[in-house]
Amino acid sequence: MKERLQELQQEALSKVEEAVTLADLQEIRVAYMGKKGPITEVLRGMGKLSKEERPVIGELANKVREAIADELDQKKAKLEDAELEKKLAEETIDVTLPGRPVQVGGPHLLTSIVEEIEDLFIGMGFEIREGPEVETDYYNFEALNLPKGHPARDMQDSFYITEDLLLRTHTSPVQARTMGEYNGSQPVKMICPGKVYRRDTDDATHSHQFTQVEGLYVDKDVRMSDLKGVLNRFAKQMFGEEREIRLRPSFFPFTEPSVEMDISCKVCNGNGCSVCKGTGWIEILGGGMVHPRVLEMAGYDPKVYNGFAFGMGPERIAMLKYGVDDIRHFYTNDIRFLKQYHKA
Amino acid sequence: MFVSLNWLKNYIDIGSISPEELAEKITKTGIEVEGIEYVAEKSSNVVVGLVESCEKHPNADKLNLCQVNVGDEVLQIICGAPNIAKGQKVAVAKPGAVLPGNFKIKKAKLRGVESNGMICSLQELGIEEKFVPKEVADGIFVFPEDVEVGADALQLLNLDDAILELGLTPNRSDALSMLGVAYEVAAILDVPIHLPEEAVETGKEQAADYVEVKVDAPDLNPYYGAFVIKDIKVGPSPLWMRNYLIAAGIRPINNVVDITNYVLLEYGQPLHAFDFDDFGSKEIVVRRAEQDEKIITLDNQERSLTSDHLVITNGQTATALAGVMGGANSEVSDQTTTVLLEAAYFSPVAVRTASKDHGLRSESSTRFEKGVDPDRVKRAGKRACQLLSKYANGTVLSGVVEFDQLDKSEATVEIKRSNINARLGTEINNDEIADILRKLNFTYNQNDEAFTIQVPTRRQDITIFEDMVEEVARIYGYDNLPFTLPQGASQAGGLTNLQQLKRDVKHYFESAGLMETITYSLTTKERVDLIVSPEIKEQSVTPVELSMPMSEEHSTLRLSMLPEMLDSLSYNSARKQSNLAYYEVGTVFVSQQEKITKQPNELLRAAGALTGAWLAHPWQQEKKVVDFFLVKGIVEGLFTKLNITAEYKQANIEGMHPGRTAQIFTSGTPIGFIGQVHPKLQKAYDLADTYIFDIDLDYIFSIHQNEPNFIKIPRYPSVSRDIALVVDEDVLAGDVRSTIQSVGGDLVKEVGVFDVYQGEHLQQGKKSLAFNLLYLDPERTLKDEEVEASYKAILEAVKEAHQAELRG
Ligand SMILES: [Zn+2]
Repeated sequence: MKERLQELQQEALSKVEEAVTLADLQEIRVAYMGKKGPITEVLRGMGKLSKEERPVIGELANKVREAIADELDQKKAKLEDAELEKKLAEETIDVTLPGRPVQVGGPHLLTSIVEEIEDLFIGMGFEIREGPEVETDYYNFEALNLPKGHPARDMQDSFYITEDLLLRTHTSPVQARTMGEYNGSQPVKMICPGKVYRRDTDDATHSHQFTQVEGLYVDKDVRMSDLKGVLNRFAKQMFGEEREIRLRPSFFPFTEPSVEMDISCKVCNGNGCSVCKGTGWIEILGGGMVHPRVLEMAGYDPKVYNGFAFGMGPERIAMLKYGVDDIRHFYTNDIRFLKQYHKA
Repeated sequence: MFVSLNWLKNYIDIGSISPEELAEKITKTGIEVEGIEYVAEKSSNVVVGLVESCEKHPNADKLNLCQVNVGDEVLQIICGAPNIAKGQKVAVAKPGAVLPGNFKIKKAKLRGVESNGMICSLQELGIEEKFVPKEVADGIFVFPEDVEVGADALQLLNLDDAILELGLTPNRSDALSMLGVAYEVAAILDVPIHLPEEAVETGKEQAADYVEVKVDAPDLNPYYGAFVIKDIKVGPSPLWMRNYLIAAGIRPINNVVDITNYVLLEYGQPLHAFDFDDFGSKEIVVRRAEQDEKIITLDNQERSLTSDHLVITNGQTATALAGVMGGANSEVSDQTTTVLLEAAYFSPVAVRTASKDHGLRSESSTRFEKGVDPDRVKRAGKRACQLLSKYANGTVLSGVVEFDQLDKSEATVEIKRSNINARLGTEINNDEIADILRKLNFTYNQNDEAFTIQVPTRRQDITIFEDMVEEVARIYGYDNLPFTLPQGASQAGGLTNLQQLKRDVKHYFESAGLMETITYSLTTKERVDLIVSPEIKEQSVTPVELSMPMSEEHSTLRLSMLPEMLDSLSYNSARKQSNLAYYEVGTVFVSQQEKITKQPNELLRAAGALTGAWLAHPWQQEKKVVDFFLVKGIVEGLFTKLNITAEYKQANIEGMHPGRTAQIFTSGTPIGFIGQVHPKLQKAYDLADTYIFDIDLDYIFSIHQNEPNFIKIPRYPSVSRDIALVVDEDVLAGDVRSTIQSVGGDLVKEVGVFDVYQGEHLQQGKKSLAFNLLYLDPERTLKDEEVEASYKAILEAVKEAHQAELRG
């Protein structure tokens, strides 16, 4: 019997060895381990054995069973792994195929520039003010030291609606309005972005509608060097730390002294190239110390208060920063243009 | 203003500074140099030659064979100019010379005969056609006899000059004269200035015996000076003067006219020369024109005048439109022998009105419009007399016949060193300020740190302390101002709630997949009311139109951003970009007046337009074309974000698809609309199905709660129930849903639509609507009986309200 059991073990193990599917294994398991299997059959004939032999054979039979069961389990795990591998291999996809597109929107380039300027001045403690685009002659001109008949009114030919109403030609009226609101009683630190309109024929460098951001700082003891310092900080943050600024005298009716600010040309690093017309400098904005008449008209005593103001064109800044070659791109809304700048 | 550096050197010594360096300094001190022009930068080796002989070319009719003495040698040159003749002094480009356009002169053979150089016309030397005198326009230039043979012809023709183009701001009209520029450059370079000769020996006769001056409008003409110059011989002006005029962009005519133009440029004071014999009387009367008075001006145009215009008359007829243009009747001609020279101050307003009304802008009118220097009016007249005497054989009569009420007083401005430093942020000392004033040629009294300055009348722009701050700063140098930051108390900057909400709305649309656009506020009269949201239409009485638009294209302020946005879609679609999702946040302009007198209301709105494919993912067979519910979902998302409850009602809006448009309300207030553009309009714009929305942001911002209240996260389970109903096909899902919601009360937290069906399994004219109900009580677990009771109540209510049957 002992031989028979050993024989059965050999036989079963070699069958397990040969098995290739889980079904084969199940068959072997049923065949050898089942109640009708040969091992059970051998055990059934144990009655013929002596008392001494019985436990020996019984033990042996159990060992044989265990050995076969072990082998079956190991083989099963092996086959299962192989089967999984095969299944995963079959599941392989082409990862280079395009994904399901998600609609990506984004801001207009001018909005990005304006918000960048806003955030920069907010960081310096400025508030943001807005005002009407249809203005009165008083706020657009007179309150800014541009009385009727002033030659500088020619500089900005305007769209009139009535004799007294027009589309604002700059965002400066918001300065006059804000100062009027504060009525000479507190410092003013504001910027006002917005749309402005001038009688220009639309071409690559002119637009009858464009954007302006103006700033105003009114307090006691404001110095022109403060204007220089604030603009310098703005220029470096907006255009890069390596940019230098320079101020040149200029003229605006609402400031005295007036300045024009240039930054060193990024293209040639100030050595002169076609972008900066050989000068090494690029004009960015205008500004100056608020004219005493403007302060006075807004209810600020120019002997107590003074300040500075400045104004810039986001289109021009965008054109310089990103090399946009035609101002009309900002208003045509060509998707191929808009998509280039949708940084959120 | 064009400034010839050679001319400028007559007044100041600019030393060895290069034109570029000088331009840079001028720009940084306050007058922008917009360009530097070298008249003939690359030219060289052109000299004066004497034509010693001139014979016909043996082999060519139209060519001449000349022997030309150029000083150190005699050159044989072949010349084709018709006006060449023996004895002329001409400009010769010797072999090796270079002419403009990098044209190199070499020895050559022309029809078998050697030619060693070229005799040049002015055009060939680089002078613009318009400045070339008519008599030499088709030939070579002939020098006056007194020039030296062998001399540098380029220098004689002022072709070695550099011309600075100044861009003058309106306040710096003082630099509209060579003397003004000389003062400016003298201050920059710190050099002395030499003023031109004004003294002239006069004849025995008195001008006052020839002419009287009467001014009837002293407000417009506070000074009128008349000079009389006899024995004039009209002819060409000296070469140097012609050169300077050309450099300044003025065409030389004859000595009399050239001298008045030369003095205009030199002093900034326009003058006018009349032919005394043609003037028509011995009386000059300056007065306002009569209504409809006529004058024929120098350009042979008859002009009709009004009392706003000032005229010079001979007591009867107008002989000049003051400060703008002379009359044809008394123009200086080749036969003129006696000149009546006018040096006057005409008020800026009078000249501006006349030049505007008649469309005449000239070198004269621009200067009068800006206000000329009162101190130079008479002096300019004297200077012209001096030149007429020297270069036109004139005998200047003694005295000036004048009317004089002109205020020639100088402005006094006081400054203190401490105030200047306080304003500039500098530490300039007294001596530095004194030095700056000296450089500017300003007279002043100094008392320690206080300076009382007499501002010269040439600087009409300086009247107050701040003007002097600028003068000091610019001569001190803007570059030398320190960089500081304001010392005032700092405050926190930031966006207001509304500004933040506006940014939030934009960011929402962008995250929802829409691209921001910016369209023009000005649209056409036709487009303005193409599609207008009902609540705007209700408020708007008349669209706001410009009184004088530049074009019909931009003539009317928008009532909606949509028409221009559709135009943008159309633009893209024409360029094969047809899948578009656009939005814009901006203002529209609503006037509630029939005839506008007040500023219109500027209302903040959000509009959007979507067309084409929203999702195109072909290889997985997925495609989503923009439709009503996609756009509605985007709008609903905005309301969810802003915590606004919105209702949608089927609406008829002009320009919109009648069956696919909804007006939007919140608690009964209209806040915009959403829907499909009317197919006819889509066709007009050449667009595929396009869905749009237009929403009132002002109103929804006004009701927006900034700080949301915390709602407890429910701890008890919810119960879900589905209900499928069969209703008539025209019953609206929204109405059924409202009924369910109102009957369900607080227990029903959500009512979702999960199926809409119409078709073969249902009776004709019926549809099925399936809802999912979510029951929840945050305080306890709901009992089955409660849910069941509510469910039954809902079934009864929808049967009652909508004849809805439970779908079997
Ligand atoms: Zn450059």
